[in-house]
Amino acid sequence: MKNDLILRVAAKLLMPFMLLFAVYVQFHGDFGPGGGFQAGVIGASAVVFYAIVFGMVAGRRLAPEPVVEKMLAAGALLYAGVGLAGIALGGNYLDYFVLDADPVHGQHRGIFWVEAGVALTVAGVMLKLFYMFAGRGRDE
Amino acid sequence: MSALAGHYSYWITIVLMVTGMYILVARGNLLKKLLGLSILQTSVYLLYIAPAKLVGGTAPIVAAGFAVYSNPLPHVLILTAIVVGVATLALGLALVVRIREAYGTIEEDEILALDGGDEGR
Amino acid sequence: MAVTVMAMALQRNLFGAVVLFGIYSFLMATVLVALDAVDVAMTEAAVGAGISTVLLLSALHLAGGMEAKALERPLVPLAAALAVGAVLGYGMLGLPAFSDPQAPIHTHVAPRYLKEGPRETGVPNVVTAVLASYRGYDTLGETIVVFTAGAGVIALLRRRKRK
Repeated sequence: MKNDLILRVAAKLLMPFMLLFAVYVQFHGDFGPGGGFQAGVIGASAVVFYAIVFGMVAGRRLAPEPVVEKMLAAGALLYAGVGLAGIALGGNYLDYFVLDADPVHGQHRGIFWVEAGVALTVAGVMLKLFYMFAGRGRDE
Repeated sequence: MSALAGHYSYWITIVLMVTGMYILVARGNLLKKLLGLSILQTSVYLLYIAPAKLVGGTAPIVAAGFAVYSNPLPHVLILTAIVVGVATLALGLALVVRIREAYGTIEEDEILALDGGDEGR
Repeated sequence: MAVTVMAMALQRNLFGAVVLFGIYSFLMATVLVALDAVDVAMTEAAVGAGISTVLLLSALHLAGGMEAKALERPLVPLAAALAVGAVLGYGMLGLPAFSDPQAPIHTHVAPRYLKEGPRETGVPNVVTAVLASYRGYDTLGETIVVFTAGAGVIALLRRRKRK
């Protein structure tokens, strides 16, 4: 497919917008629909789209496998880490209001980091799934 | 009957759920079975979200000028359910791929026949 | 949507069935928007019509194209499915009618979240507030589930290097 001009141009045009939209959905999840899951999936779809049009090798150069595997685990650990930070600062596990002097601001911070962790894990898993399935090759 | 009109969303949910169940049980192809499972899952999403809606309300994002909001709690549950559903689908598909490589087919009765033939070893 | 699903059941070509599944996911996302569930609709559109379809197509490529045979005796499962449907229908009649503001679902915990949520968490999107703050444990569990699915697929599909 990398020889088809329309697909190449369209992919190069669309992919930055898809990534930007993923970041927008992630950070705007507080004020509109969105949040970690949607952002993770949209971001992964952007890279999947790129890999479908330009080939798996180019896709793997863009998001190398070790990076994706570390993203998987890092997101879940980040989420659990926010919970432990709650304990370290004096509250219960996953208490957000102790994370800052103003409890509402603490909630903001907690929600921000938690959603970031979720987006990381979801994006990593979706991308890794695509790599595993599409990179396997049929052996008859 | 007002029972039909008032419960319209539930009838659709039942139709979807029953079709999903039928595909899951009655088709021998493993990929078809996974599709049936997905249909069953999506019908459950509808089952939860339809009662959450209030006619005349709006999405549960608090903003000035709106008084009535749809219920946010089922939305939260279903958000989790969708992601768990795709996780299940991915694992199921990985199993199907491995079965295909091990047995050479993804039809249930052929796999059972191959397995039954091996039992005499 | 019901038509799509019936067509999927009868369809023997698997590629056609997967495409119908993508159509069905999009229709479901549209219905969800009509039901004011915008977060869920976005997730369903992205996950169901996007990632699920891609994964199904990849698995289809790896596993083979046509459904080989139809079931010989479709009557027993069909009768069982219809019986389950009848029982469900009987149960549904007892549930509250569509969009009834007095239904229990609207009168217990939800008004509290809708009123106190933006004040306590500073986040206007009540769904995100509940998901990340009030019910944060559930989201932690879900993140672990997604991670486990990824790890499971890695374990199942990793090729041993024969170098």
